[in-house]
Amino acid sequence: MLAFTEHCGQALRLPWENIDTDQIIPARYLHRPRNAGYREQLFHDLRFTPDGKQPRVDFPLNDPTKAESSILVSGKNFGCGSSREHAVWALLDYGFRVVIAPDFGDIFFNNSLKNGLLAIRLDERSIEALMQNEGEPTILTVDLPQQSITTRSGLRYEFEIDPYRKEALLNGESDIQMTFRLYDEITKFETRYIKDNPWIYTP
Amino acid sequence: MGRTLFDKIWESHIIAERENGMALLFIDRHLVHDATAQAFDQLRLEGKEVRRPELTFGMADHYIATHHDPNRDPVHEQMVTTLAENAHEQGITSFGAGDEYQGIVHVAGPELGLTLPGALLVCGDSHTSTHGALGALAFGIGASEVTHVLATQTLWQQRPKTMRIRIDGELGPQVSAKDLILTIISTIGANGGTGYVIEYTGKTISDLSIESRLTLCNMSIEAGARAGMIAPDETTFSYLKGKRFAPQGELFEHAVEMWRGLKSDDDASYDKEVAIDAGKLAPTVTWGNSPETALPITGHIPSLNEIESNKLEQYNATIEYMGLAPGAMLTSLKIDQVFIGSCTNSRLEDLREAAEIAKLGSAKVPTIVVPGSQQVRQQAEKEGLHEIFQKASFEWREPGCSMCVAMNGDSVPSGARCASTSNRNFAGRQGPGSRTHLMSPAMAAAAAITGHLTDVRELEGNIC
Repeated sequence: MLAFTEHCGQALRLPWENIDTDQIIPARYLHRPRNAGYREQLFHDLRFTPDGKQPRVDFPLNDPTKAESSILVSGKNFGCGSSREHAVWALLDYGFRVVIAPDFGDIFFNNSLKNGLLAIRLDERSIEALMQNEGEPTILTVDLPQQSITTRSGLRYEFEIDPYRKEALLNGESDIQMTFRLYDEITKFETRYIKDNPWIYTP
Repeated sequence: MGRTLFDKIWESHIIAERENGMALLFIDRHLVHDATAQAFDQLRLEGKEVRRPELTFGMADHYIATHHDPNRDPVHEQMVTTLAENAHEQGITSFGAGDEYQGIVHVAGPELGLTLPGALLVCGDSHTSTHGALGALAFGIGASEVTHVLATQTLWQQRPKTMRIRIDGELGPQVSAKDLILTIISTIGANGGTGYVIEYTGKTISDLSIESRLTLCNMSIEAGARAGMIAPDETTFSYLKGKRFAPQGELFEHAVEMWRGLKSDDDASYDKEVAIDAGKLAPTVTWGNSPETALPITGHIPSLNEIESNKLEQYNATIEYMGLAPGAMLTSLKIDQVFIGSCTNSRLEDLREAAEIAKLGSAKVPTIVVPGSQQVRQQAEKEGLHEIFQKASFEWREPGCSMCVAMNGDSVPSGARCASTSNRNFAGRQGPGSRTHLMSPAMAAAAAITGHLTDVRELEGNIC
């Protein structure tokens, strides 16, 4: 997966709650193979008019001064709903590397960290403070080793992350690689477990 | 200290554990479907193959056709074919179009006995929470996790917190498990269960049929909880006995003996407790674009002055998207079509409830009934339910996810208002611009025959 150490970029605010993965990428695009990319499909129905041709002027990403944003800041429960990992792929393909919200849909949160998109839980008050420069670009620096977010004016907030997830992100290592190192333990467990629970095999 | 049902299943599946609660878990059942293609692609990229094909089962549901459509998108058919090809390549048993066991993975899994008490079951679909109704620990996962399970039959997970929702009181006439779960979501919020596994307990729950329990656990994810679960009891064991893939004979009796221990200890403690009085519930519908916007059908669309100031922008966007008049009575909302189906409400019991109401009139708007599986379809036809629906001008279809997620071509046109028994009212969920109101099968059938949202309790006997 994509490694993550430090990222500096412009923050874009979507001040809504419960932005579900159907909004992040509509279901009708899910058949596309991963290597086809999802940049154009990100927030598709919020970004474009119903005919799919014109950008909607009221959608923040269509503001030319914010189109190059790489840090997304949202309200509570971002990424709720469907488990589609395409939501994470679409954000990455557009150019986002960080999403900050008070909380996330659990599956989206896991999917993010497995792809090198850093999802950060931050309380609403800190988010307000980070984004107080509305009207002019908000540039944030996200430092994973330090677990910190800093503004140009020097505001600094720390965030929490599971130490193993952090290490995997820093190394860009996938779970499968880590798990295969435990191959013998898995086999040992499996042998005992299946002996104790023979009903797990279907007739 | 006592342990919860969740603790018992979680702990019995731990292969390796880290000090921060992250555990490598053994997976008993892995269900895959026709929208899992990218995970198989990734498996090939990683140069791995499926470790335990005999514990992996496939179901075509998201992209499958529910009727003959001459304009069917060949891409949709290709996704169904790709599942069959991936399953064949990896030696996985899979059920596709025309197969007697095909169905929506969360309907067919339990009814075939693929879902078992005490099992750890995962699937690349958020509504995997459904299977917890049988006392399994079951949750949805993303594509990377699907690839991981395919390759290793294990999964890394952070240990969730536990929440008990205790429900007592008797459900009133025409108040169903759907009304109960919608009320729970509106009570705790769309993120109220985030980070938790919910265990449902109480007299109301033990009185529920398995099918109603499946509906309840299905929508746990709409409250943010990845898993909902109910301790297995005699109702569960008799439901499972003789199911196609459940253990048989002595092995079943042996399994039941073990499953009887699968309940929370009396002195077990939970991280959070919620109590609900089921006796106070009314038939419930949603008005907005999150399942948490659920209200009793006797209520009204919230007015401007009922909204907190920091939520006004989103409220206004919702009112506009849904085409609503603030303050209007819910029963005044005229609908354009009805969908009865989805992994939430497409089981036999759901269809029976809808058919009872369909007997009272005839559809005023296009209405489709999509059974959850071939087994459900066959049984419903044996009971003559399809004839009741057809007589009332409800269209009877073949099983699949259909209009719940609008990935197979079944969709709600832009601007149209749909009374739906599905699980999500997100903007565009049933098709770009679609307006969804969630409700029970009886309520959806009532809306079909009146053409507007209707309190089904007032309908019975009032229409000849």
